[in-house]
Amino acid sequence: MDILPNVWFIAIAILWIGYLLLEGFDLGVGMHMLITAKDEPSKRVMLNTIGPVWDGNEVWLLTAGAGIFAAFPFWYASLFSTLYVPLVLVLLGLIFRAVAIEYRGKRDTDRWRRVWDLAIGLGSFVTAFGIGAALALTTTGLPLDAQGNRVGGPFVWLTPVAVLGGLAVVGFCLVHAATFLALKTDGPVRERAGRIVVTWSPIALLPIVGWVLLVQFQTGGVVSWIFVVAAVVAVVLAWLAARRKLEGRAFIGFAAFLALGAASIFSAVYPVVLPSTISHAFDLTVSNASSSPYTLGVMTVVACCALPVILAYQAWTYWVFRKRISAQSLPEVHVFEPAVKR
Amino acid sequence: MDPLDIARWQFGITTVYHFLLVPLTLGLGPVVVLFQTLYVRTGNERYLRMTKFWGKLFLVNFIMGVATGIVQEFQFGMAWSQYSRFVGDVFGAPLAMEGLLAFFVESTFLGLWIFGWGRLPKRLHLATLYAAVIGSWLSAFFIIVANSWMQHPVGVKLVHGRPQLVDIWAVLTNNTALAAYSHTLVGSLSVAGAFLLGISWYHLWRRRHDGIDTIGADKRVVVGSAPAIRGRDAADHGVWIRSLRIGAVVAIVGFGLVAITGDAQAKLMFQQQPMKMAAAEAACQTGTSFSVLSIGDVGSRDCTNVVGVIEIPGLLSFLANGDFGTTVTGVNDLLPQYQAKYGTTIPDDTKLYGAAAGTKVQYVPIMAVTYWAFRLMILFGALAAFASVVALWLTRRGTVPRSKWIMRLALLGILSPFAASATGWVFTELGRQPFVVAPNPTPGGIDGVFMFTAAAVSPGTTSGELLFSLISLGLVYLVLLVVEVALLVKYVRGGVVSAMPELGAPDRPDDHDEPRDVLAFAY
Repeated sequence: MDILPNVWFIAIAILWIGYLLLEGFDLGVGMHMLITAKDEPSKRVMLNTIGPVWDGNEVWLLTAGAGIFAAFPFWYASLFSTLYVPLVLVLLGLIFRAVAIEYRGKRDTDRWRRVWDLAIGLGSFVTAFGIGAALALTTTGLPLDAQGNRVGGPFVWLTPVAVLGGLAVVGFCLVHAATFLALKTDGPVRERAGRIVVTWSPIALLPIVGWVLLVQFQTGGVVSWIFVVAAVVAVVLAWLAARRKLEGRAFIGFAAFLALGAASIFSAVYPVVLPSTISHAFDLTVSNASSSPYTLGVMTVVACCALPVILAYQAWTYWVFRKRISAQSLPEVHVFEPAVKR
Repeated sequence: MDPLDIARWQFGITTVYHFLLVPLTLGLGPVVVLFQTLYVRTGNERYLRMTKFWGKLFLVNFIMGVATGIVQEFQFGMAWSQYSRFVGDVFGAPLAMEGLLAFFVESTFLGLWIFGWGRLPKRLHLATLYAAVIGSWLSAFFIIVANSWMQHPVGVKLVHGRPQLVDIWAVLTNNTALAAYSHTLVGSLSVAGAFLLGISWYHLWRRRHDGIDTIGADKRVVVGSAPAIRGRDAADHGVWIRSLRIGAVVAIVGFGLVAITGDAQAKLMFQQQPMKMAAAEAACQTGTSFSVLSIGDVGSRDCTNVVGVIEIPGLLSFLANGDFGTTVTGVNDLLPQYQAKYGTTIPDDTKLYGAAAGTKVQYVPIMAVTYWAFRLMILFGALAAFASVVALWLTRRGTVPRSKWIMRLALLGILSPFAASATGWVFTELGRQPFVVAPNPTPGGIDGVFMFTAAAVSPGTTSGELLFSLISLGLVYLVLLVVEVALLVKYVRGGVVSAMPELGAPDRPDDHDEPRDVLAFAY
């Protein structure tokens, strides 16, 4: 048995967990701007908690995607082509959201901000839902033929599992972002976010628990069940910490819950990366979907050199911007008289 | 409509669009680095203003490049799954390296730069910009490496009909990639140069128009100031004239290097993709002459009606080989060679080739496009270079002439290098057809490592899905282009003060009573 494809299965799992942990709160903050924030100062406070970091966080998605392409091209080709429609929606969501974050503050009218708020909120929702659906489907199966091509129409992916996965990631992002906001802000946003975590996390996290259990009952083993138990412990501790307003612990607890839950899913499906619902003979696995040992070797060297450095400088970014943000710490919106008048 | 055609239009539109945004990012980055370095070294406030103003425009454009770049990476798997399977062992690696080694650096450090004003020590803050810009240049390198492998596959062996990577170093140092990368980067510099030139011209013109700057008895500029307009002080003049000069020089140097690297690239292309270059020249007959103008049905793809009207003997040989005597093989002689080597028809395999299975392979690219795109690229490039030289001369008095028309031309000139870079990409990508992975006919090439574009599209994907994405992405791109240009215009009109709230702001005593820890910048 080749070791490298297995190493890369773990690497891909790490990239996805990294993505969900980091962009998880970016996406959640985007949604909270639309549903939780009551006034303009709160919205601005929320947006600026992710201001310096969101773009770097999004690279985790690109790297996870490119990592799958490089290490498991057959998985990449089958998954992305089968999920054409939801991924187009994810792309539209990501485009709108990225541009909206940058452009929202660039004009000082309510209408301008309302439009971009909608783009941030909906863009974040669609992205989280689509990514969740895609991940749920790659762990439970898609109708693929022997060549790995889709059997059925453009909407064959739209199943209850896809919806469950979508809601799972949306729900997690909302909770994760609320703990993040409680940790990163001061004033009314902090208060409100802390209350939201305590009240809503038991409900918002139900779909992700459902997805974890679904995969466990499908192909779970001893290792994956251990992860499940650990995840449950983490989430209970996280909730208790949130109730006692221990914001740092709550944040770490919910992050650990996601990491352990995702680990339970990845370890349960291993070695299958994308099952076929038509026949298990057509399943894409760690061994039949992977690149050559040489390519994987090259990528292993690159990843081993790069990932620790990436983690270091991203961590440093969070350290630089570690101060809590409040309405008082934001500069006024910059209104200027143009030097050139019409 | 055939899914293949829609998928190709989509890839073409999204790529050309993406590459209207990227060269400005790649070119403006080093310019802002230069300004901030000068500021940190000299402490001269003029350079701070230049950093802030051009940095603002850089950021407005940067985000659009990021947003449209994600589409590119997803698109291979979504619309071109057969391609992804065929090339996956080679092609995914540079994309993943781009993420791990370049894009993380670029995005993370740019975030630090944007929000780090006044929070990080000056030199460290400058270093974050260096890191971000180096990241963006590295990022371009890996993408060009991936693209160049499609133009000229190296470093692989054929295993079960698929190319398998055996030498990553050969892929990373592919001479096609090195030539294309340098050509792209210096082209991006000239894009930035013309951008600086046009916008600075506009402000200098405006200062004259508003009566702030005048021409004195010694024919030199007399710099004034307009206290009523925030930021329109004497130093403001220095910002624009310095930006204009630097822009012009960057553009001229950029274009000089574009010509040199383009020549190197063309010489490689004559060996590696002879049909592409023959089609670029509408060179039907084997010979030595470069066509300045060919008439007849250049668009026909069999060369029967093409007549060279003006030809320069020997120039084609010079372009291809550096001398004036080597004959360059024309389309009519290349065609049978291609047919003998790669077959006259697309293999009759409907599973793989869909509607294209069994049809005749059209080895000659659409000559009307390659011929004209190639010429327009050179024309637009040369035009902008010439304009930059003229601009330096016209501004010798320390400001610009009062003519409104010249000002308009300077602004219009911004588009010229953009057009050159877009036509260049259209030429090289369309010229590669009918291959998505062009065969490598040079001695190191491996037989069988090539792929017809018709075989690359996702087999199960329907026209409806592709139309949905083409239309929705197209509309979104259109809307966002309008928004981006509107914002750029707003900041340009605003002048330096649009990027520096503190400029000319009246001191507010209440701020001094109670110092608060306010961010220098926030969304």
